[in-house]
Amino acid sequence: MSTLRKIVIVGATSAMAEHCARLWLQQGVEEMVLIGRDAQRVDRVVADLRVRAPQCLIQTIISDFLQPEAIARTVEQACTAVSPDIVLLAHGSLPEQAVCQQDLQHNRVALEVNAISPVLFAEAFASRLEQVGQGKLVLIGSVAGDRGRKSNYVYGAAKGLVTRYAQGLQHRFAGSRIQVVLVKPGPTDTPMTAHLKSSGTKLASVEQVASNIVSGVAGGKTVIYAPAKWQLIMLIIRHLPRVIFNKLDI
Amino acid sequence: MKVYSWGRLSGEHHAVNMLGSTSNLPPLAEGPRALPHGMGRSYGDSCLNPQGTLWKTTALDHYVSFDPASGLLVCEAGILLRDIQRTFIPRGWILPVTPGTQLVTVGGAIANDVHGKNHHVHGSFGDHVRQLRLLRTDGSVIECGPAQNTDWFAATVGGLGLTGVITQACLQLRPVAGPWMETETCPYYTLDDFFQLADASEAQWEHTVSWIDCMSGSRSRGIFMRGNHAAADIRQPEPGAKALTVPLVPPVSLINPLSLRPFNAAYFHAQAQKSGRRIQHYAGYFYPLDNLLEWNRIYGPRGFYQYQSVVPRQVGQEAVAAMLKEITRAGAGSFLAVLKTFGNRQAAGMMSFPQPGVTLALDFPNKGAQTLALFERLDAIVREAGGRLYMAKDARMPRDLFEAGYPRLAEFLNYRDPGLSSALSRRLIGY
Ligand SMILES: Cc1cc2nc3c(=O)[nH]c(=O)nc-3n(C[C@H](O)[C@H](O)[C@H](O)COP(=O)(O)OP(=O)(O)OC[C@H]3O[C@@H](n4cnc5c(N)ncnc54)[C@H](O)[C@@H]3O)c2cc1C
Ligand SMILES: NC(=O)c1ccc[n+]([C@@H]2O[C@H](COP(=O)([O-])OP(=O)(O)OC[C@H]3O[C@@H](n4cnc5c(N)ncnc54)[C@H](OP(=O)(O)O)[C@@H]3O)[C@@H](O)[C@H]2O)c1
Repeated sequence: MSTLRKIVIVGATSAMAEHCARLWLQQGVEEMVLIGRDAQRVDRVVADLRVRAPQCLIQTIISDFLQPEAIARTVEQACTAVSPDIVLLAHGSLPEQAVCQQDLQHNRVALEVNAISPVLFAEAFASRLEQVGQGKLVLIGSVAGDRGRKSNYVYGAAKGLVTRYAQGLQHRFAGSRIQVVLVKPGPTDTPMTAHLKSSGTKLASVEQVASNIVSGVAGGKTVIYAPAKWQLIMLIIRHLPRVIFNKLDI
Repeated sequence: MKVYSWGRLSGEHHAVNMLGSTSNLPPLAEGPRALPHGMGRSYGDSCLNPQGTLWKTTALDHYVSFDPASGLLVCEAGILLRDIQRTFIPRGWILPVTPGTQLVTVGGAIANDVHGKNHHVHGSFGDHVRQLRLLRTDGSVIECGPAQNTDWFAATVGGLGLTGVITQACLQLRPVAGPWMETETCPYYTLDDFFQLADASEAQWEHTVSWIDCMSGSRSRGIFMRGNHAAADIRQPEPGAKALTVPLVPPVSLINPLSLRPFNAAYFHAQAQKSGRRIQHYAGYFYPLDNLLEWNRIYGPRGFYQYQSVVPRQVGQEAVAAMLKEITRAGAGSFLAVLKTFGNRQAAGMMSFPQPGVTLALDFPNKGAQTLALFERLDAIVREAGGRLYMAKDARMPRDLFEAGYPRLAEFLNYRDPGLSSALSRRLIGY
């Protein structure tokens, strides 16, 4: 395992990101920069992490997540504060598919938050990592990005864009000391899926998913299905013939 | 979705809302109102609200602050005791009181004012809460503690989630040298022996508890276990979570009384042979079943009851003997049977369970009418002895026993949050 000292997290208030941060702190991370959009929510996370690991120096940046200039400035500020060993891009939101179909403005916001915003952050961080010649850039996609489905193709398409973007970055940095990692979580018990939980959908625990992410990143994986069983499930779903797939109510 | 409590007696539909914020609650829906819900480690119906809403607190899992000089920890109420133990024991601080599982939330531990094996030294969980923040369904916030709004504090400690949602608490941790315990196991062969061991141990040992063979009839044999926190100079590798040895656990067949008798005998003799002193890791000592996830399923689809009573010491021995006699005669009970004494102290909460005396806790597979009939006979003994039953374990106690056991009920009702209700509150209080 490479030494792991400095970490930047975008969307630091995400439950998945928080649990990754807790695990990384247990492994002795020295400095973190946490980026979020709401100072109060970020403060809550920082207070928690400071109690867990008083020795770690934690800084925060509050940023707009959609404006390209703000993103560029935030990335610049973060990388001036620390030269990261790992950058985790974790923000996202699960839109209601039906509303996206009715309301194009809603649809557009969903695409921006889940696709445009993360890849702009990724692009900006990629240049900074390139300058120092090392680091891991971790993007969170989703199993939903593996094949479009009627129940959530707006979100799925956004995650699909993140997937292609990550592939492109992986190609660009092949053979270098910069690694781009794409995480594809299955349905996980976080605030994002609260409504699914109450309808009884089976969700993985966020602790388990975070631990898959942290160990996958440390182990040098480039694609992490979390939990791992989703790799096989999605292999099958991606390859289902269309006649069969179209009959599925998913 | 279907929600079960630990006893798995019923799996009824609930709307489950994850609380995401400590500053506001979701709007109340129509119907049987809402109820805060932690890890659902209560056995009976105190954590259930069938056809109504549960507000699950486990995402309120943030620390707020810790003062390494005083050991005061401020945290949100959904945090697990396990998280606190793992974070702070390596730094020399430990929760003064924890129950037999650490997979419970701080809010749940307060709302049942839970006890551990060290009641005679440290009382119950509520004795170490310095402050708590209560969020009511009308949006108001009440800060209370042993020195502020003391009436609200006394109502909320042991208050079964009915006075509001505890969002945050300040806990006094206590210094500890490390993760190791010095323990001693002593077999006993009569209840007399048990009480003598318990009395003799109180001065020297912080933690005392005993396993009792509920099949042993009037001879009442068991294994007395006592422990102290060990000094710092033990250098042993800590067991990984999976490497902990799981103690003997009944396979499915043990629920059958025919196999329970020989199993208990075998367990007794195995433990009696191992009697003596040793060094144990705190997790294995305090929470022996926590590495066996979902062990509650072994009782099968009908689930199980736990019956936990406390009776005053003066009549304790006769009452315990009488209960054991009924249980042996019914051929009921299970491997999980615990007998321990409580110290001579008053709990912080109006509705707290612990009171001076001796407490007996046993699991019973649910066999319908025959199990309930046995409980009625046990109730009679508890009632006669002037004791009470533990609501964290209860799914069936009669109202008169509840009212007799909890004389501060009328006072408590003044502090109820009208937006909150549970299956237990409707069963025992009527709303
Ligand atoms: C294996 C095992 C061993 C046990 N050993 C012991 C023991 O030794 N001693 C002991 O005392 N108990 C023991 N218990 C019982 C357990 O400690 C209690 O039932 C505890 O309250 C469960 O906590 P929870 O987080 O699961 O809460 P739940 O069971 O989910 O809820 C319990 C009550 O707390 C309320 N509540 C939960 N969170 C909040 C909140 N934030 N604000 C207000 N109210 C809230 C609920 O409404 C409910 O009334 C044991 C249980 C098990 C499964
Ligand atoms: N949970 C799942 O089942 C699941 C499955 C597959 C993939 N994922 C992905 O995993 C990542 C983490 O999600 P999570 O499950 O941890 O969810 P979460 O706890 O709900 O966190 C969502 C995060 O996204 C941020 N966010 C939401 N909308 C935003 C917006 N418009 N602009 C900027 N930030 C916004 C939130 O910030 P605020 O705190 O400020 O709101 C928060 O940090 C996301 O990329 C998600 O798509 C989740």
